[in-house]
Amino acid sequence: MTITLDAKIPAGPIEDKWDTHRFDIRLVNPANKRKYEIIVVGSGLAGASTAATLAELGYRVKVFTYHDSPRRAHSIAAQGGINAAKNYPNDGDSIYRLFYDTVKGGDYRSREANVYRLAQVSNEIIDQCAAQGVPFAREYGGLLDNRSFGGAQVSRTFYARGQTGQQLLLGAYQALARQVHLGTVELFNRSEMLDVVLHEGRAVGIVVRDLVSGEVTSHSAHAVVLATGGYSNVYFLSTNAMACNTTAIWRAYRKGALFANPCFTQIHPTCIPASDEFQSKLTLMSESLRNDGRIWVPLDPGDTRPPNQIPEAERDYYLERRYPAFGNLVPRDVASRAAKRMIDDNRGAGPLHNGVYLDFADAIGRLGRDTIEARYGNLFEMYERITDEDPYTVPMRIYPAPHYTMGGLWVDYNLMTTVAGLYAIGEANFSDHGANRLGASALMQGLADGYFVLPYTIGDYLADWLNIDPLPTDHPAFAAAEQAVADQVSRLLAVNGSRTVDSFHRELGTIMIEHCGMARSRPGLEETISRIPALREEYWNDVRVLGDGASFNQSLERAGRVADFLELAELMCRDALDREESCGGHFRLEHQTEEGEARRDDVNQIHVSAWEWHGPEAAPERHKEPLQFDHVQLAQRSYK
Amino acid sequence: MDLTLRVWRQAGPDQPGEFREYPASGISPESSFLEMLDVVNERLVTQGEEPIAFDHDCREGICGMCGVMINGHPHGPQLGTATCQLHMRKFQDGDTIVIEPWRAAAMPVIRDLVVDRSALDRVIEAGGYITAPTGSAPDANLILVPHAAAEASMDAAACIGCAACVAACPNSAAQLFTAAKLAHLDLLPQGQPERYTRVVAMVETMEEYFGSCTNHGECETACPKSISIDTIAFMNRDYLAAKLKDLRLSGQR
Repeated sequence: MTITLDAKIPAGPIEDKWDTHRFDIRLVNPANKRKYEIIVVGSGLAGASTAATLAELGYRVKVFTYHDSPRRAHSIAAQGGINAAKNYPNDGDSIYRLFYDTVKGGDYRSREANVYRLAQVSNEIIDQCAAQGVPFAREYGGLLDNRSFGGAQVSRTFYARGQTGQQLLLGAYQALARQVHLGTVELFNRSEMLDVVLHEGRAVGIVVRDLVSGEVTSHSAHAVVLATGGYSNVYFLSTNAMACNTTAIWRAYRKGALFANPCFTQIHPTCIPASDEFQSKLTLMSESLRNDGRIWVPLDPGDTRPPNQIPEAERDYYLERRYPAFGNLVPRDVASRAAKRMIDDNRGAGPLHNGVYLDFADAIGRLGRDTIEARYGNLFEMYERITDEDPYTVPMRIYPAPHYTMGGLWVDYNLMTTVAGLYAIGEANFSDHGANRLGASALMQGLADGYFVLPYTIGDYLADWLNIDPLPTDHPAFAAAEQAVADQVSRLLAVNGSRTVDSFHRELGTIMIEHCGMARSRPGLEETISRIPALREEYWNDVRVLGDGASFNQSLERAGRVADFLELAELMCRDALDREESCGGHFRLEHQTEEGEARRDDVNQIHVSAWEWHGPEAAPERHKEPLQFDHVQLAQRSYK
Repeated sequence: MDLTLRVWRQAGPDQPGEFREYPASGISPESSFLEMLDVVNERLVTQGEEPIAFDHDCREGICGMCGVMINGHPHGPQLGTATCQLHMRKFQDGDTIVIEPWRAAAMPVIRDLVVDRSALDRVIEAGGYITAPTGSAPDANLILVPHAAAEASMDAAACIGCAACVAACPNSAAQLFTAAKLAHLDLLPQGQPERYTRVVAMVETMEEYFGSCTNHGECETACPKSISIDTIAFMNRDYLAAKLKDLRLSGQR
């Protein structure tokens, strides 16, 4: 099929594009808004903020979440903070600088116009959240405090202790709760979306399974918004919550929405290393710790002495040595690869030699224990609870872990996918972070999309459907989708094989982190592309899901999600193989500089790869959206 | 470690439940409590028995999804720690561990260790917010918040909504949950305009679902975020003030 990817970027100077666009697109008048129904799937930062805002505007909104409450979404676990270009610290920040840093941090694989808009609305987000009562950290005079984060040389990060994501999500959740109380939002909890329904080429509703009763039902609307997060759990071990999955966006992909840059995944450098084979997930330690902690490994390979017995002269502060300008605050992709190199050199720390040290001794000496406790107390406590080691006296051990996925559904400037009426916001879309996301930018993007972008842009689409009712749910299009969902449930239960769902997921994760993780190579990717279909076949012939489909069945929930991961994994590898360059989190061993840094190809690879599904047996087709840089000069990223 | 589990199994809300005993042998002391349950569940599935249902998600102690009674204590023996952050090194080899769901009339069992906590959402919906429609906010630095107020507000805002406080309470009261949200909002300048309507709406909704507080203080000990019961005193004072005279008519204070 010929698909022309039109990003619909408005004309004019970059500073004016968003204003111009807001004036040019159509509006729905206040009295007509209540004639529209909008479905929002997911209740994290993006989903809750957009649902609340749409309802405030007057639309009728239905929110679906597989959690027991909208407040559980994994945005809640974000620790460090949220960026904005307020320049309160007077250190030279501006909208332009935030835009520039974000495009550069993304290794020049994001859209300039989208990122500029993100930087523009960043300030409104802070205003909005402060008004909602988010208890941001304050200076003694009562003004807002900022701290610095990786990939920036200004302090532009707002924070609420180490629980910024929690507080921002609670703000959005409370705004949503207010609308539920007012009757403008209907909330469906413990309900998982299992398909999106199309009619005459546009999204008209979804099919969901009630996770308590097992009942499969259809819901129709004028537009569907997916705010369902990222897919890092394809690696099994990641910092994501256990239930995070790709199902919603994968089903949308199978229905015709293009999937952009699936291989752009972020491995976060500061996570607690795995301690045993039963490990179920990896825990993030906020990047903010790199403000005061110094990262090092022993100078000599195989050094097994406890850290406090290794003298200063026999330590290698490798980030400070290699990147003197940014030191321990280099972006995440750079820090992760450097740590991997140290461990590959057999200089790893800890009983399994699978970590590097993050040492606060200098900071405690300089600032005192009380200051460090005030800044990071809850993180230090969490570390001690997990590892049984006291980070005030023994250096932390950290190691990179899958954390965020920059890839996602392709969307245009309006955040609409290639399916009319189907939108993707937050981590579920691909738009703003290019090949690598900077710290404290995910919260910013989720809330920018949710509070300030989608509520405007969706009106332009809805204007066409005034006084036209949503397709009734007894229409054959819904019946067919419901049947497909019910069939998949029956099929999973009918296999009754010998292996658990988790054992397959773990096996897939091991393959993916090895071959499509921090370092990728042609032979490794080709091997994986040939192995995954076999694993998928084994899954459908040998998985064991007990219980039935008509009750609360957690194995069945997971089984459906893992089935989708088994398909997504192959697409990720195909994309990684297709992208013949290294950029951001995508590091191809064939494409590196003499110093081992990523080498981009700005001639042949300066595009978004957007993949089209052609059925379960056929190879997907890659489409390209060329990227154009008029404001940021492409350069080899240097943090030296 | 070799352990014995006594676990509450219940097929559905209207079905009878019972304790069943399962061996948990060869458990790593480095594993978390939920990872121990994962191991037991994998073995159950292999043996053809349906796995134990339990709620969990972030496994970092922040989402509030997990929580079970462990030997009669909500979230187990370690103070200030959610179930997912509890590690098996806190138990002894050979221990028998009794695992039950939260028990409260307002939180019926869905299956095994999973309960329905949506009554807590109803309490928040009644007034646990500051009305600030998107786009209407002034510049963030126009609202000065004293450092101490922001810190005290944050202490209360740390609530993860797990319902351990309800489970711990002999009356199944949700006072600590409700008071934490009120303290979060009412300690801030932004929260003042709705302060007295909020406390009345939230307290009265809470009382529709949950029991009454008789100052046992079990909730504070059970709270994985160690939220202080001082917040309850603050809530009671404001509720009384709101009821004594209609402050909405006389402005603040």
